[in-house]
Amino acid sequence: MSTRPLAARLRATLRAAWRITREIAGERAYEIYLEHHAEHHPGTPPMGEREFWRRHTDARDARPGERCC
Amino acid sequence: MSSQTDSADTATPRRRLNIGQILIWTAVAVIGAVAWGVLALSRGEEISAAWLIFAALASYAIGYRFYSRFIAYRVLRVDARRATPAERLNNGTDFHPTDRRVLFGHHFAAIAGAGPLVGPVLAAQMGYLPGTLWIIIGVIFAGAVQDMVVLFFSMRRNGKSLGQMAREEIGPVGGIAALIAVLAIMVILLAVLAMVVVNALADSPWGTFSIAMTIPIALFMGFYLRYLRPGRVVEVSLIGVVLLLAAIAGGGWVAESPLGDAFLLSPNQLTLALVIYGFVASVLPVWMLLAPRDYLSTFMKIGVVVLLAVSIVVANPALQLPDFTAFAFNGEGPVFAGSLFPFVFITIACGALSGFHALISSGTTPKLIEKEPQIRVIGYGSMLTESFVAVMALITACILDPGVYFAMNMPATMLGDTLQSASAAVAGIGFQVSPETLAATAASIEESTITGRTGGAPTFALGAAEIFSALFGGPAAMAFWYHFAVMFEALFILTTVDAGTRVGRFMIQDTVGNFWKPMKDVSWKPGLWMTSALIVAAWGYFLWAGVNDPLGGINQLFPLFGIANQLLAAVALAVCTTLLIKSGRAKYAWVTLVPLAWDAVVTLTASWQKVFSPDPTIGFFAQRQQYVEALAAGETSLGPAGDVDAMRQVVVNTTVDGILSVLFAVLIIIILADAVRVWIKALRVREPLPSAEHPFEPSKLWAPAGLIPTREERAERAEREKETAGA
Repeated sequence: MSTRPLAARLRATLRAAWRITREIAGERAYEIYLEHHAEHHPGTPPMGEREFWRRHTDARDARPGERCC
Repeated sequence: MSSQTDSADTATPRRRLNIGQILIWTAVAVIGAVAWGVLALSRGEEISAAWLIFAALASYAIGYRFYSRFIAYRVLRVDARRATPAERLNNGTDFHPTDRRVLFGHHFAAIAGAGPLVGPVLAAQMGYLPGTLWIIIGVIFAGAVQDMVVLFFSMRRNGKSLGQMAREEIGPVGGIAALIAVLAIMVILLAVLAMVVVNALADSPWGTFSIAMTIPIALFMGFYLRYLRPGRVVEVSLIGVVLLLAAIAGGGWVAESPLGDAFLLSPNQLTLALVIYGFVASVLPVWMLLAPRDYLSTFMKIGVVVLLAVSIVVANPALQLPDFTAFAFNGEGPVFAGSLFPFVFITIACGALSGFHALISSGTTPKLIEKEPQIRVIGYGSMLTESFVAVMALITACILDPGVYFAMNMPATMLGDTLQSASAAVAGIGFQVSPETLAATAASIEESTITGRTGGAPTFALGAAEIFSALFGGPAAMAFWYHFAVMFEALFILTTVDAGTRVGRFMIQDTVGNFWKPMKDVSWKPGLWMTSALIVAAWGYFLWAGVNDPLGGINQLFPLFGIANQLLAAVALAVCTTLLIKSGRAKYAWVTLVPLAWDAVVTLTASWQKVFSPDPTIGFFAQRQQYVEALAAGETSLGPAGDVDAMRQVVVNTTVDGILSVLFAVLIIIILADAVRVWIKALRVREPLPSAEHPFEPSKLWAPAGLIPTREERAERAEREKETAGA
């Protein structure tokens, strides 16, 4: 139905799959933070990447997350 | 309250099935019916494992399409126009609308661990059919329902935990009972899982080496992410997986070398090592061990589940175990005592109905859901996937030679010290295996012995190795795949030991903090060490007692673990039923009330038998009495207990286990009585009772309801994209 060529659609699908894989792995956390920051706190500088990851990981010290059997 | 009713009719998609869909669903039903027919009616001849897969998948598809849809739209009345907490409270971290496919991955990784790999393997002693029936029927009508309904109610309450909901909606008594249940199950769970690792690694230098190597690998990954390349999670996970595979391959070489002796540990040495590991890991900052290990185990989990599913379908092994063994009816099974009802339903918790999941469904997941209808794919769908893992674990046990299966899973004390005595012990319970077969099987996986390797992990690993090596590498690769599967299971367990110790610690810090202020600060070092040590000591005690139990620790402790898990399910289902009744949906309360009634009957019957059964193999106190009398009569050995110390050990263990059984049963009765009190109150009044549900707020987001967008949804998305582009 789509008029786009097959190769372009395939590329788009692969790109989406890669994005989902990265997000499941937890790699997109900083990107999500930047998107959120740009939307909700425009004008203020966001946290740097290193600092963000440090805080992001350390936050788990206070809530390790449940893991089931 | 009005919001729950005013939107119900318009929000319910009431499309009739078209002729094509009717044909497809009829075909699915026919395939399922044929597969079930083959499983149930085959007598004597070996059948293909593919029938199990077909029966499971067809049943899941029908359950998902029809039953979960009914629950979501008719009973719960999910509303796509209502903003979820993720949308309303979006802060970019805890609350954040997350893609349904990503959240499905996260939720599945959080609920599925070693549990679905252990229970079905143990339950296979009764044949393949009891386990299969309970796993598939249980998940459709109980387990997946619990997960989805808890997820729904927690989502409507901004992600409140199960404990909070129990306290607010039932009352303080139910709340306290829930708290005790959670702590108790945590301790028993960690002990049982740690025991699985001990039994798999004892006297196995190869396995011990590769598991030990996960510690430096995780530390390396932690430092890499902290200092070298922060945020490169996929990259570091791939490096970790490669190192892990190298550690498994290298383990065979290390075991042969003089270094091998350093990794040849006895069960008691491993117990000590695990206790020390559990304490140290839980007090280190998460970035060092827990976080990298979590990345690694998520990768392995999803990868191996997919690999195993594909391999089973391609290798298509035959089931060797019969549909029912005599143990299903006489209750004299060597793996765990007791007859089919209630003990199959206790032994298989994860994969069919697991109360523990309610903690995750009321934890992080409800705060991340993008759209209400997505609770179906995330809550119900993830649990169906875990159930499928359980079916695969059952297959790995059932494709083994039944004699080998029993030689691996009978308590070591019953099997004696030689292969001849093991062979004779297996013959004594009605199965045949020659000493030569036992020796050849052990040699094929390069282990010194396979007899008395209880706990499920070695059995699962042997079955998985047969399936994998049929596809990749042939018989020469058996040893690699066996240790790969052991590593796969042990990796989750070590992550759970670390995370579970932390979760238990927070619960104690929180509770004690109410009386003693400094404890409230969860990063206060002395408090952190004390509480961690307390939790480790608690599960460490049960682990030590289980490892040294003359009657076999898995045999004695696994039923307690199952009862504790089903007790938590009773709490969760009681909270769900209460909320359905309180919110004026009493006519649909059967959706959670029927599983609750079943769960209560199973758990209470099992507790009753564990406490009051006069049969010493089942009842803890009857067993205790038997040993006390023998000691009083001056006897120096009884059954598998070879000396007076062992007999005293049995007396202590049965006392502790018996008291715990009583405690669990009393907790269930308290929670049920308290819940019924609230139900009666709610049914007597005309107006719905007050409940903590967050009022309706309209949603501005758009997202598909299911995993795959429907044609209408795709058109709607295209429409919206055009609008945004125009603006």
